[in-house]
Amino acid sequence: MYHVNYRRAGSVAEAADLLAEAEDGQLLAGGQTLIPTMKARLAAPSDLVDISGIEDLIGIREGDGAIEIGSMTPHAAVAASEVVRARIPGLAGLAAGIGDPAVRHRGTIGGSLANNDPAACYPAGVLALGATIVTNSREIAAEDFFLGLFATDLEEGEIIVAVRFPQPARSGYAKFPQPASRYPMAGVFAAETPSGIRVAVTGAGEDGVFRHEGLEAALAEDWSRAAAAAVEISPEGLASDIHGAADYRAALVSAMAAEAVARAASRKPKG
Amino acid sequence: MADVAMNVNGEAVRAELPDNTLLVDFLRETLGLTGTHVGCETSQCGACVVHLDGEAIKSCSVLAASVAGRAVTTIEGLADGDALHPMQAAFNAHHGLQCGFCTPGMIMAGVDMVRRYRASGEALDEAAIRHELEGNICRCTGYHNIVRAIDAAAKAM
Repeated sequence: MYHVNYRRAGSVAEAADLLAEAEDGQLLAGGQTLIPTMKARLAAPSDLVDISGIEDLIGIREGDGAIEIGSMTPHAAVAASEVVRARIPGLAGLAAGIGDPAVRHRGTIGGSLANNDPAACYPAGVLALGATIVTNSREIAAEDFFLGLFATDLEEGEIIVAVRFPQPARSGYAKFPQPASRYPMAGVFAAETPSGIRVAVTGAGEDGVFRHEGLEAALAEDWSRAAAAAVEISPEGLASDIHGAADYRAALVSAMAAEAVARAASRKPKG
Repeated sequence: MADVAMNVNGEAVRAELPDNTLLVDFLRETLGLTGTHVGCETSQCGACVVHLDGEAIKSCSVLAASVAGRAVTTIEGLADGDALHPMQAAFNAHHGLQCGFCTPGMIMAGVDMVRRYRASGEALDEAAIRHELEGNICRCTGYHNIVRAIDAAAKAM
């Protein structure tokens, strides 16, 4: 790892100041992607501004018809939360399946969203559930937040403070992990939300996470495993790489969509 | 340089470290606690697993400065004097190791999973143990005995 100046922020305001002062500053959350990336010398910020210890950013709050998760809440806390398990079991199941147990103790929802890895799990949950990303300066709808591979609507110096999820009637997530990396080659999150049936796909798209209109229309007619499985998934726009061609990923999207719907019907969190 | 103070295995420790020092390097190089191993260095293998405030983490993917003020437990801090921790004793009794390189991480991960399952009330059966070991790799392919050891230790803890 190249030299870096480590700065610990005690508050969001202090973090914003430290970022503004730095020559080429970068926020540090749980570091489960950023630190390995820096070790591989694929990233070399001049300063790391650590926000993982800011208490206001950690925790899960139940609000009126919504659940708000602080951006520095680790995956393990979301997976184990009685509130999330009871009210958004699909999201608890998603969090329980990220990385491995040690990674889940450090990695955070805010870090995952800001990075927007095209094969990360959280973007699928956030987009399908119609969540709102709350930053230190504004609120961003999930539709407007994800802008392609590793790209988001976040501006320079903007900090995610929380993610607000409207209460879904049901939700489920299923992924097919690449056998070595364990990142999804296709992950599908299906939910019945206040704004309708929403289905988001991660791991498979050439431009990162996306909603699938065909699956949404079919499930709005008939919320069932069979209805999801019957939808024709076009390989157009899906990624082809050494792990699988676009038509193979299309088949995986179909299978994972059916599984996600089946899990949502059972209302039990699964990984 | 960062002035880093934390608690390691029950003792207060403090050092001036380059800001980019990884927790595992602080433990091994500065403190001489070489029981925590460095395997893949890419967060895959789990040889570097230690406990941070009682939770398993990969110490090769965490900066020492970012866990200042907190409590770290390594494999050296598990035994009670000469009496092995039940997880260590079980790995010995069930031959849960061959070359031993992955063993410290396996044992720390094992203790963490037993505690978590106990706290949640869920059953830590064989399938759950195998799933929980997703982030710990043994290249001697000794998983059967590792699983048996964790299962036995869970009953003894």
